[in-house]
Amino acid sequence: MHVELFIPCFIDQLFPQTAFNMVQILERAGCEVSYNTQQTCCGQPAYNAGFMEECAVVAGKFIKEFSGENYVVVPGGSCTGFVRNYYSKIFGGTDLEQQVIMKAPLFYEFTSFLTEILGIEDTGATLKGKAVYHDACGALRECGIKSAPRILLNKVRGLELIETEDAERCCGFGGTFSVKYEPVSMAMGEQKVLNAIKAGAQYIISTDLSCLMHLEGYIRHHQLFIQTLHIADVLISGAENSILREKL
Amino acid sequence: MLKTRKQIFIEQSREKFSDAEHRRKINHSLLQSDIAFRKGIPQFSDLQSAKKTANHIKRTTIENLDIYLLRFEKHFTQNGGKVIWAATAQEALDAVAGICKEVNARLVVKSKSMVTEEIHLNPFLFSRGIEVVETDLGEYIQQLAGEPPYHLVAPSMHKSKEEVADLFHKKLGAPEGLAPEALTQFARKILREKYVQADIGITGVNFLLADIGGVALTENEGNGRLSTSFPKVHIAVTGIEKILPSVRDLALFWPLLATHGSGQQITVYNSIFTGPRKSGEKDGPERMYVILLDNGRTRLLADPKARESLYCIRCGACLNVCPVFRNIGGHTYNSTYGGPVGSVITPHLKEMKEYGHLSQASSLCGACTEVCPVGIPLHQLLLHNRQLAVKHAARTEKFAWKLWAMACSHRRVLNLAGGHTKNRVAALLFANAWGKNRKLPRFAPESFNQLWKKQR
Ligand code: SF4
Repeated sequence: MHVELFIPCFIDQLFPQTAFNMVQILERAGCEVSYNTQQTCCGQPAYNAGFMEECAVVAGKFIKEFSGENYVVVPGGSCTGFVRNYYSKIFGGTDLEQQVIMKAPLFYEFTSFLTEILGIEDTGATLKGKAVYHDACGALRECGIKSAPRILLNKVRGLELIETEDAERCCGFGGTFSVKYEPVSMAMGEQKVLNAIKAGAQYIISTDLSCLMHLEGYIRHHQLFIQTLHIADVLISGAENSILREKL
Repeated sequence: MLKTRKQIFIEQSREKFSDAEHRRKINHSLLQSDIAFRKGIPQFSDLQSAKKTANHIKRTTIENLDIYLLRFEKHFTQNGGKVIWAATAQEALDAVAGICKEVNARLVVKSKSMVTEEIHLNPFLFSRGIEVVETDLGEYIQQLAGEPPYHLVAPSMHKSKEEVADLFHKKLGAPEGLAPEALTQFARKILREKYVQADIGITGVNFLLADIGGVALTENEGNGRLSTSFPKVHIAVTGIEKILPSVRDLALFWPLLATHGSGQQITVYNSIFTGPRKSGEKDGPERMYVILLDNGRTRLLADPKARESLYCIRCGACLNVCPVFRNIGGHTYNSTYGGPVGSVITPHLKEMKEYGHLSQASSLCGACTEVCPVGIPLHQLLLHNRQLAVKHAARTEKFAWKLWAMACSHRRVLNLAGGHTKNRVAALLFANAWGKNRKLPRFAPESFNQLWKKQR
């Protein structure tokens, strides 16, 4: 299957390795991966700040960069949800409306693409330890992703997944919110991290690096004994001789 | 220099951040409501359709608000009641003052009402020498403490039982360290006297019923009933949005409100008042008034998007699930209505310029939208407010977004600087704002984009 990539701007800039890990998993699963190097950002930051014109400029450029013929796989639920649910609002009644109607539904967050489209539940990964899964808001509420990452993580050898009462509660990142309302953002992040530690977790795993980068910032500053991991980094770990490869 | 509301908000949020005791109490309280809510929900065999139906009913009602309000007025008047239309808080206050004067009122008992908080009725009446007593236990506690309610439906949820005991001891001379049951008994004794002596009972309204000209009131303590049955005059104060077409709609709205408000299947006391006592009837007030308050609501109505917030039934569920509320608490908003719904409506009811920051003070997690029983897309309405607030944004911010749009329009620009330079720029720009509690993420030496081009 041919798939196109959308690598959200901050992953492009800050976490290229995670994006490559995702690519590797997709390729092992037999996907042919292409990437339009002209892409930048989906426009969500401006939209969330209320700057519609600026958003429309960037989003208008963005949507044209996808063919509309293939699935677009994204390492994160937030940007996926934005393209899927908000582009129609931005471009309703404009020249781009048809393109949006055709292309937006092709955007898939990585784990839901693995389980729903490729039918893969086991990537053959191994990671020893206990982890909590953090339901990123964009993945959970904008894309309705709840089971896909859990299915995949439950198959990771050596990994024990702990469910906490606050799994679905926001970590407090929220884009510019994290800067403009730093004390509130921090308070939310702190509770998330402390609850994970209390539950005995060594890892906080999520589909979205924006959440993790915020939590990681707190963890590093306070030198806590817990680590954040993007799910693509988990699903690739120790997977060199993966079952997946044998299966394909 | 005078601080802006936004600065005050951030300052108080910071205080709350380091207040471990506050966090403990709120987490404890909200855990109880989470548990109750989860237990209550299964009474709906299909919650999503219940919400959809409720949304549909509210939508048609709000879209035809004038028709339904006039219908209510007609029927309520036929029942012998009097409707007073108040365009502003002042008009509502004047109306209450007028009634008080007519009956020469000295004492008013009140059951829980957020609208009267909105118009600051209590201080107004006090300034006219009229004693006002809150009869809802939570509100009574808040009144004793001299604080506004902390939460739409649980006004004193932030107080521990020890704090309440202490308050009763200091303000009412109750014995020290009473247990919650004893405190309730103590308050009840005082309040029972007040009901009998009061000249006027003032209540809020949960639903106005257009078809029968009725006022539906929901409560758990029976204080609403007592406030309306002893005094000779009953005044119900309500926002114009509280209307439902028919008494039959309560079959859906009562359980929705109960479960989302307090996790109950149905609230303990549900009363419908259809005007004053008629000849031959044994009880009920001699006169009954309903004050229909606008106070900015028609501004919400005029905005086709923000209008949806008028569906609100003030259940408080969006506050309970809101991670911001859970951390900063109800008072930091410094507005009558806190939490997500407050952040949506307050900038419209008051000034966008002054209260627009409330719409920014959200991570847009969407938990509010998910829980709302009448399907208000709260987080999208926060976004809508942000769009409206842009015109008040600082010039520097506007400029920054222009720059951003330019950079994102040209891939080349994003690849210009190396990771090291970007790290230094980020440290300059954000280190302060990102805060003292968090380390900045590090830029990769090369972006995915650059690496891909090299490798493929
Ligand atoms: S907005 Fe919805 S959830 Fe919030 S108080 Fe109103 S009805 Fe309840």
